[in-house]
Amino acid sequence: MNPIFKHGPSPQHRLLLVLFCSISLIFFDHKVNSFENIRGYLQSMVSPLQYLATTPKQIMTWASENIITRRQLISENQQYKISELRFHQQLLALEIIKKENERLRLLLASPLRGEVKKMVAEILSVDSDPYSHQVVINRGSDDGLFEGQPVIDDEGIVGQVLHVGINSSRVILITDVTHAVPVRVSRNGVRLVASGTGQIDRLTHNFVQHSTDVRSGDLLVTSGLGDKYPEGYPVARVTTVIQNDANAFALVQSEPVAKIDRLRYLLLLWPEKAPGIFAPSQKKAAPDKLVNKKSDNDTGINNADS
Amino acid sequence: MPIRNILIIMFTTVIALIASIMPLPLSIDAFRPDWVLVVLVYWCLALPGRVNVITAGFVGFLLDVLLGSILGVHMMAMAMVVYIIAGNFQKIRNFSVWQQSLIVGVLSALYHLIVFWMQRFLTDAVFLPSYLYPVITTIVLWPWAFLLLRKVRRHFRIT
Repeated sequence: MNPIFKHGPSPQHRLLLVLFCSISLIFFDHKVNSFENIRGYLQSMVSPLQYLATTPKQIMTWASENIITRRQLISENQQYKISELRFHQQLLALEIIKKENERLRLLLASPLRGEVKKMVAEILSVDSDPYSHQVVINRGSDDGLFEGQPVIDDEGIVGQVLHVGINSSRVILITDVTHAVPVRVSRNGVRLVASGTGQIDRLTHNFVQHSTDVRSGDLLVTSGLGDKYPEGYPVARVTTVIQNDANAFALVQSEPVAKIDRLRYLLLLWPEKAPGIFAPSQKKAAPDKLVNKKSDNDTGINNADS
Repeated sequence: MPIRNILIIMFTTVIALIASIMPLPLSIDAFRPDWVLVVLVYWCLALPGRVNVITAGFVGFLLDVLLGSILGVHMMAMAMVVYIIAGNFQKIRNFSVWQQSLIVGVLSALYHLIVFWMQRFLTDAVFLPSYLYPVITTIVLWPWAFLLLRKVRRHFRIT
């Protein structure tokens, strides 16, 4: 039955209520960042929808992986055998170099680099929102993920974990407007900051002096500053350098080396906290916890730059 | 209103939410129609006493969570668009389906512009014409969605 006289508040009042709610949400989410924890819960609440939305794609991939000719399988198999042989040979050389590096590091009394814990994750969904570059992956706090965790693919840095749900989490890509990575030029060690532009194939570098030695084609690797990304992973390759004296700074742009527009499998890293120069040495057992606490604080402060 | 009717309205909305986050190839992705907007506009036109601005705000909030955007942006845009429908539903109901689809196109453009203005205000987003491509597909989608949803509404006698 439709009532002739309407009950409840008028549309204007309802609109005012919703607008007030949304403006306060925007304020508290964007300016104050008070939703960091709640975001995790919300993420786990909506993750069934995300799993559901990805099923058609999974059926398609399943079909395309299962419906395949024998000849294709044989040729792929041959390719894998050849490349495995090549990688194995490189691994042998790598082992020797690694041992040598460890010996040299011991001689210099610098800390050894341990094996980094890794985990493979699959992309659940890519955001259709054109204003933010984020993807959702099928790992969450059950797998031990944490906020700010570095994420790479087989070529280079992809981004970092933004919100952790129970069994899915959100990864912000390096090309997002709000994201920046501290990098250095691998050729000469010049430090830069790679900020996202909102375009999938471009990073920009602000405040680069005209005299800086950067050329197009240079590989940029993570510098390890900011304590978010481990040192030495490739990030981008410089595409344009315009040193026009009319501008205050040189215009430097680069292209990410990771295949950001065709991601499927990602690798999550658990970087070890490198002890600083001033940190007490590892041999003293007691202050160990203190060091951990201190470095946790550090990452908290450094949230701002990444 | 029986629980069943609420469930059917919720079901169509959830389908629309899933369709709006379903992974698509990058080339088609820019043309993804506003499924959620179309479904909400239909229910608001058909049952303005049931689906109103507050429902739209709630669904917009869910969309914010699903898309990972700043909470509240889609909520605001969705609520404003549905407010316009709720104020004029008696006029818009009497238009033909094609005229309705043009109106939905204008509302969809408004929706995308509100979202863009908010993003522009909060982060330094730059306007690209591709942000308005969904308007075209939404105009094409409306008649079909309208007929389908009307069939659903009549079949289940949702009032």
